[in-house]
Amino acid sequence: MPKLIKDGEAVSDYWTVLKEATGPEVLKAVPGKNFLVPLSFWKNYQEELNDYNGNIAIWLDSHDRVSDLDDSIHDFPLIALNFPAFSDGRSYSNARELRTTRNYQGEIRAIGDVLRDQLYYMQQCGFNAFAVRYDQDIDDCLTAFGDFTTGYQATVAEPTPLFRRR
Amino acid sequence: MLADRVRQYQNQTERFLAGKLSESEFLPLRLQNGLYVQRLAPMLRVAVPYGMLSSAQLRKLAFIASHFDKGYGHLTTRQNIQFNWPSLSEVPDILKHLAEVEMHAIQTSGNCIRNTTTDQFAGVAVDELEDTRPYCEIIRQWSTFHPEFAYLPRKFKIAVCGTKVDQAATQVHDIGIYLTQNSEGLIGFRILAGGGLGRTPVIGKEIFPFVEKQYLLSALESILRVYNREGRRDNKYKARIKILVKEIGVEEFQNKVMQEWELIKNSALLLTDDEITRCKSCFTDPNYESLADTPASLSDRLQNNILFSSWHTQNVKPHKISGYAIVTICFKETGVAPGDVTDRQLNHLAQLADEYSFGEVRVSHQQNIVFADVRQDKLYDLWLGLQSESMSSPNLGLLTDMICCPGGDFCALANAKSIPIAESIQREFNDFDNLIDIGEINLNISGCMNACGHHHVGNIGILGVDKKGEEFYQVSLGGSSKNQASLGKIIGPSFAQEEIPGVIQKIISIYKSQRKDNEKFIDTYNRIGMDPFKEQVYAKAD
Repeated sequence: MPKLIKDGEAVSDYWTVLKEATGPEVLKAVPGKNFLVPLSFWKNYQEELNDYNGNIAIWLDSHDRVSDLDDSIHDFPLIALNFPAFSDGRSYSNARELRTTRNYQGEIRAIGDVLRDQLYYMQQCGFNAFAVRYDQDIDDCLTAFGDFTTGYQATVAEPTPLFRRR
Repeated sequence: MLADRVRQYQNQTERFLAGKLSESEFLPLRLQNGLYVQRLAPMLRVAVPYGMLSSAQLRKLAFIASHFDKGYGHLTTRQNIQFNWPSLSEVPDILKHLAEVEMHAIQTSGNCIRNTTTDQFAGVAVDELEDTRPYCEIIRQWSTFHPEFAYLPRKFKIAVCGTKVDQAATQVHDIGIYLTQNSEGLIGFRILAGGGLGRTPVIGKEIFPFVEKQYLLSALESILRVYNREGRRDNKYKARIKILVKEIGVEEFQNKVMQEWELIKNSALLLTDDEITRCKSCFTDPNYESLADTPASLSDRLQNNILFSSWHTQNVKPHKISGYAIVTICFKETGVAPGDVTDRQLNHLAQLADEYSFGEVRVSHQQNIVFADVRQDKLYDLWLGLQSESMSSPNLGLLTDMICCPGGDFCALANAKSIPIAESIQREFNDFDNLIDIGEINLNISGCMNACGHHHVGNIGILGVDKKGEEFYQVSLGGSSKNQASLGKIIGPSFAQEEIPGVIQKIISIYKSQRKDNEKFIDTYNRIGMDPFKEQVYAKAD
């Protein structure tokens, strides 16, 4: 069972990420699973998804826009945001928008090229779960959230900027 | 926070050296800590927020130059200082030393928000609406380790200007901010976005005609968020914000920014009066004495010493307080790379700053050093003091006071050398009377189209280009980074290195023969246009 960091602890991951190219036939072939489906899959196969007897949540790629989502997002237990490369910073803004503008309360999970040295920033932007890349040392990753003791900005994790806390 | 960062980076370097972090994963981490790997050695760029340095910091930089480098540093066009010869494994040590004097190399490179620059005369300039440094400090804090904007499509540069005459090249920044007064007399900000140099030089477009001070951070954050989300990431040469603004159009860009701004303008980002007052209190005036302008001791020296008087004319500028003056020390000695400063000079500057300028200096984006608060009756003593380390050259603002990048001698990106070009021009124009006669002009040299030497906004710009493995130089005329900002136009086919001094000589001779009254080079060029220069430069010898 792959490891996941959630709310500061290493836990087992029960969700399977479906790739962009996957078709709806997978739903019939593999019943009763927890699938994270791409946004396009969610939009295109509503009917098949409604009939599915497992759990469904969505993942957004870095170029997907949170503003394109309707209020049904609040029904998902989690939304995953992809980092196609760790240097692609768009999912930071998407996480923030989900938490702040859309007030999404479920799990926001980082998937893809998720590495130790970006975890602190991700958490600040509203991620609370991290499916770190297979080669990352999970114990080392757990220490990353303490890289900084404080920050200047107004973030999801610390909504009051330092200048209002002085 | 700084100690956190030093620890974090030490851990990152150790993991990299132990092979646990790949080159490509370590790259943005070291870049955001100012460390490049260059042609001959790594290069460490140290941040100097808004260009301000204390004498203690100068001494520390001198120590680093002599212990970890070859005895010198290089002043950059972002008012920073960089070291060209540190070893990778010693960098965490250097960072520890820097942290002792509250200095660091954070966000001096990488695709993040870089050091915010401003007028090097901020707080002492005669024509200033308000000191810009408190606002630079507010921006510095907001942009330091901003978790959402550490992996932007490309680097991001912000400049702030508070004077009538723009000395900060504000309009060629990703965001340019002017302090301005609205019709009700309220002081706020006019904010431009999408300016920049590099391969595609663009003048910034107005996004916020006027925002009140408390909205500064929400306005900036809105622009950054739109850019982070929508800036191109498929091609690094099209990833700067100027390309986004150009591709979707200013109006569309502005709409998106305004939509974002409506959501956050009244959030916790709203600046409080307390915070503005607190930041202002970090930049209070030193204890000025009440003195008269032009004391007798100064006018005597000016009359009797022609060398001192020509230095005074070029390098000394008026100060907002009577009896004081602003001195610029020019680091453009012939035969030395523009902006290079030795450990001895740094130590000597520290001593002189303690003696003559309240222990403080500033780095200018023209790669010079400024003493902002010198008593006029001490100018002569300071000038004498500068001579021992050959820092009294009177060429500020003249042809030989060039902006120049390190070029192909040091930089892995450069197509061509730039320092020998600067030197050959300085040798060609070695007659001081002639330089005075030519008057105010700026000549900027970049070794490649990344334009670190700001060649697009030089009155004369020189760009190193690579033609089938050989170094050539393209010359442009008419650029300016002042209020009427403009981008230079290329005069014609490029030249070989040895032709450049002659070409500049021809350009100057046309200016001299065509100028009217006290016209500056740029004004003559704007009046007569490119053609006369072009004809002369490419005229066939009979």
